[in-house]
Order: sequence, then C-alpha cells, then structure tokens
Amino acid sequence: MTHELWILAIACLMGISCALVGALMVLRKMAMIGDALSHTVLLGLVLAFMITGSRSITVMFMGAILVGLITVFLTDFLNRMGKLQKDASIGIVFTFLFAVAVILISVYTGEIDIDQDHLLYGEIAFAPFDTIEWNGRDIGPRAFWMLLLVAIANLVFITVGYRYLQAIAFNASLAAALGMTVNLIHYALMTMVSLTTVSSFEAVGAILVVAMLVIPANTAYLISKSMYSMIILSVLFAIAASISGYYLAVWADASISAAIAMMAGFIFILVLVFFSPDSLLHRIKQSRPIQCP
Amino acid sequence: MVNLFIEFWHLTDPNVVWVLSGAILLGSSTGVLGSFLFFRKRSLIGDALAHAALPGVMSAFILFQTRDPFVILGGAIVSCFIGFFFIDYMVKHTKIKEDSALAIVLSLFFAIGIFELTYIQKLDIADKSGLDKILFGQAAALVQSDVIILGIAALLSLTIVVLFYDRLRLITLDRQFAQSLGINVPFYELLLTFAIVLSVVIGLQIFGVVLMAAALLFPVAAGRYWSDSLPCILMLCALFGAISGAASANISYLAPQMPTGPWMVVTLSLIFFISMCFAPNRGALMRYLRTTRNRNKTHDENLLRTFYVICERLSSYHESLAPEQVLSVRNMGTNALRKSIKRLLKHGMIERDNTLYRLTEKGLNEAEKITRYHRLWELYLTNRANIPAQMVHDSAENVEHVLTPELEHRISDELGTPVQDPHGRVIPSSDPFVGGIRS
Repeated sequence: MTHELWILAIACLMGISCALVGALMVLRKMAMIGDALSHTVLLGLVLAFMITGSRSITVMFMGAILVGLITVFLTDFLNRMGKLQKDASIGIVFTFLFAVAVILISVYTGEIDIDQDHLLYGEIAFAPFDTIEWNGRDIGPRAFWMLLLVAIANLVFITVGYRYLQAIAFNASLAAALGMTVNLIHYALMTMVSLTTVSSFEAVGAILVVAMLVIPANTAYLISKSMYSMIILSVLFAIAASISGYYLAVWADASISAAIAMMAGFIFILVLVFFSPDSLLHRIKQSRPIQCP
Repeated sequence: MVNLFIEFWHLTDPNVVWVLSGAILLGSSTGVLGSFLFFRKRSLIGDALAHAALPGVMSAFILFQTRDPFVILGGAIVSCFIGFFFIDYMVKHTKIKEDSALAIVLSLFFAIGIFELTYIQKLDIADKSGLDKILFGQAAALVQSDVIILGIAALLSLTIVVLFYDRLRLITLDRQFAQSLGINVPFYELLLTFAIVLSVVIGLQIFGVVLMAAALLFPVAAGRYWSDSLPCILMLCALFGAISGAASANISYLAPQMPTGPWMVVTLSLIFFISMCFAPNRGALMRYLRTTRNRNKTHDENLLRTFYVICERLSSYHESLAPEQVLSVRNMGTNALRKSIKRLLKHGMIERDNTLYRLTEKGLNEAEKITRYHRLWELYLTNRANIPAQMVHDSAENVEHVLTPELEHRISDELGTPVQDPHGRVIPSSDPFVGGIRS
C-alpha cells in the first residue's frame, strides 16, 4: 500500500474506534472524563516505557489501562472522601497526572521517544514509517495494527454488551434495579476508552483524541432517535471527517490530525445549523406565520 | 543549581524582578477568578476557555505578523469569547449537554489553533519561533514590556472583583436571589466572564494552554478546606496563586528549557494535598480523628450503660461481670469491646477483679447519667410524640450520646420530673453518688 493509503486507513480506524466508545461516553454525560483520560494515559505510556524500556503494544496497553483506572478511581475518591465537586475533582486529577507525565518527558528527553509537542497533536504523517515485522516480514505500520485491534475490540465490546450499555447510558438506577453491576460496566467502558485513547495517541495526540471521541458522537446525537442509529451515524461522521481532513491538511500543508478534528467540527456545525431538529433553520421556518390560502 | 537559586532570590537581575512580580500577579489573579467558576460549579469551563484562546493567538499572528502583546491579547480575548458564547448557545438552545459542549469547544478550538500553528511553522515569517511555547508556558520568556501589559490586565481583572465584590458574590452563590433583588444579572455575569477571560488569557504565557485549568482550579479547591467564608477563601486563592507563580518563575529561571506549566501544577498539587489532609475542620485527617473519637465515645458509653443494666437486674451496682455477660446483652464486636474496656480502665470508670470487671463509683455515675438520658428520651417520645413504647428504643440509642445536661433538665421539667420510663423501669436520679450513698 502507498503512504497516503496507510495514513487514510490509520485515520479512519482511529475515527471509528473513537466514535464507537465516544457515543457511549456522550450518552452517559462523561465527555469531560474522556478529556481527562486522553490526558492521563500519557502518564501510563511514559511510566510503562520507563519501567520496561520497551514500546511493545502489550506494555503500552497495560500502562494505559492501569492509569485510566487510577484516574477514574482518584476522581471518585476526591469526590467522596475529599468532599469536592465532581467536575473540580476531574480537573484536579487529570491536570496533575498530565503535568507529572510532561515533567518526566522533559527531564528524560532523549531517553523517552515522545516529543512534548507531538503528544498534543501527534504526527500521523510519520506513522507509516514505524512498521512492525511478523515472521521476518514487514506487515505495515504499528499504529494501523494497534488501531485495528482496538476497533475490533470496541465493536465486540459494544455488540456483546449492547443491552447493558444501553441500560446504564439512559437509566443507571434502572440498570441497577435489573440486577446489572453498574460499576463493572462503568469500569469496563473506561478501560475501553483508555485503550482507544492510547492507541490513537501516537497518531493524533491527546486533544484530538477528545475531538474524535466527542464531536462525531454529538453530531450524531443531534439528529438520531435511537442509540443504534447514533452509533452508526457517529462512525460515518468520523470516517467522513478523517478523509476530508486528510485532504484539507495536504492542501494547506498543515497538521493532519488537527485538520481531521477541524473537519469533524465543521460537520458538527453544519448539522447543528441546517439539519438538527432544534437548528436555527428549523426554528426560523417554524416561526413563520401560517399562510391561509 | 544552588547558586542559580540563590542568585534568583537575591533579585539582583532586574529581569528576574520583572518576571517574578509578573508571575505573582498573574498567579493570584487566576487563583481569585477561578474561585468564582468553582462556586458556580463550572470549574471545567476554564479548561475550555484556555484552549479556545489558542486560535485567537494564532490568527492574530497570521493577520498582523507581529508578536506585539496587545495584538496577541486582543486575538485571544476575542476567540475566548466566541468559545464562551458557543458553549452557552449549545447548552441553552440545543439538546447537547454541558459537558459535551465544553469538550466540543475545547477540542475544536484547540484543533484550529494547532492547524494554524503548524501552518505558520511552514510559512516564511520572521519572529515565528517560540510561538509554540504558549502550549506549556514559559515564564522566563517574559520581558519587561510584556510584564507591564500583563500586569495591568491582571490588576484590571482583580479590580473588577474588588469593585463589584458584593454583586459578583451574590450572583455566584445564589443567582435566583440576586435576580429577585433586581440586580442586572446578565450584565454582571458578562463582566465576570470578561474578568475570567482576561485572567485566563494573560495566564497563558506562564501556565500554558494545556494546564491553565489547574491554575484556576487548584487554589480554590485548596482554599476551600481552610475556611467557610468567601473573602477568606479569595485571600487564600490569591496567596496560593502567588506562591505557584513565584515557584514557576523560579523553576523557569533555573531550567530555561523546561516548560513552566507542569511545574506550577506540581507546586499547586502539593499545596492542595497538604490542605486536603491537614486543614482544620474540613481536612481529611481531622475528619478521620473526629469520627474515630465519636465512635469510641459511643462504644464506651454503650458499654457503661450495659454494665448498669445488668447490675440493675441483679440489684447490686458493684457486681463484677465477665465480658461474655456483656456480650450476651449487647451486640458488640469482641475487638471493639476489648478496646473499650481498655479505655474505661484507663479512665478509672471500671476496675479489674481477677478476670472480671466492675463499675467504679465514677463509672457508676457516668453510667447512671447515660441511662437517665436514654430513659428520659424514651419517655419524652412516648408522651409527647405519641410513639408506641416498643419503638422508642432505637432513637434513644442514638440520642443518649448527644444529649447535654441542659437539655436533660428541660426534658425532665417538661415531663414533671418523672421516675419511671415507658417500660416501667426506674429513671436514675440526676444526683450523683458519693461514697456509695446518694447525696
């Protein structure tokens, strides 16, 4: 495959896996936890690398899962034991963990293969050069295989747990009353978000993961009436943003991942203004007086 | 390193003085303004606003091709406001929830900013290097003219708080009450937003876009543990903000290649952690000690009353009892019982008699007092609240530990100094024993 196709494939896979879990996060009103997780998995990445000295996929995933769960746990802990508001505890936990990660990176520059700026906006253009081998043969970019793995895992997770996820997304107390272990499903979802974040991380960086988690899902949220259609639509929007974003970046010669997030935002605003039931356009139409013949 | 540290605090280098005073001023203004967001339960909006400033900075640079602080500040303020109103619109007029609206604005604006930044880096403009320092902050990069302008802006946002303190406090703590008083709430909200945007925008230089949320949030979260009054908390916020500003200026001087934002967050986390654990009243440690003390007191009093009740059945108040006898009457963990016995022995409430224990005179008086509270309350509930006699015990179990002698007198007077509780048992007299004989 050519360089361009690899990048497009990576971008689309990233968009798909983010949109899948993003839809669930948005329905559970946890968009800002997604923001927090996308910052803190960096610490997992850095610590895993510092302790083991390897950049293998397993090590990175372990680090991300661990730190992701620590983030969620610490947030709950501050909320309950520290008697702090929920959003304040999110803000405190993620800024602290992220700051520690950035300091570790800047102290051990050269030893850790992560650049300060790239951790924010990634460099997808270089992703195809970082290939892995299987049985001595070059099988393509690392990021591609990682994202493929995570996209499939997310798909399986949602298909298997669809009824549970639906129940806790709309009515957690009903889910508890039906005998579901809400906390287990919650932490499972957080684990999937951490995995998605860490695998997208190298390609697109922290903030743009948030964009892909939140923006396509909210675009779909505006116009869909069921969770099923919302998930499908958010995946479609994410793919559209990935492809159009890539060509925008090529045209302007700027960061690909930023362009993808911008296109996601552009589609969002388009839908917000023209197509959603509570869009400006609809309201103007409705406010017109009814004309009698 | 140590030499540099000493050199920094000697303040001989005029640039150090400028950077230090600027950092202190910026730190305290963000700390104070952040507390208003905190009390309106919108802490994370600071994060979104800081990210929303980035495209403004970059657009201003692309349009005017200058690093003039006025131009950059202006661009940042404009794009912050656009972000703010976009959030506001989404929350009020669409079905998008607040947290999603924040995350959308945060990531979208940041993406636009990064897009422009990477675009600028490939353009051929002089003076473009160092623009990316705004991401993580760089206090040492401040020069005198920057500090003057940033300082004026910081003072402006603090002045707004001081001048309109009463109104801002009202709309922050009780918006509806402020509305009912006829205060022009939208205007003051806009003013507050302006002050917040101003302090966010000027703070970027030191703290950086990514970690600005921390500069707004940590001081007030830490200050909240120390006090319950708003002026006091605001003072603490200013102090904590100033400390973190000074610390980050210092670090930036010692290690110029290091980003300052993360170090500032670590400094603030330390302050926050200390406050959370050790603050009097609201600190975790003090709360833990208080609950333990209360639990122990409850256990001890329960044990004394159990001794009394058993002795009462045997009609002999100095009977020696085995711990097993106590357990047969009262459901209590053996561990809690052992510890409670140890404490009562230490305080001279009970004494050891071989393997058995008996009440001392002091213990008997204390046990009588608690029993009296218990039975008085049972009687009060049956007589005055018409609760059936078999249902009053559980309430009395709780109330016996919190009644005071004063309340006891009033209840007793109200019931006409009764002698029998609803279960037909004697209510012990309030007069103490002396030498085995009631005085």
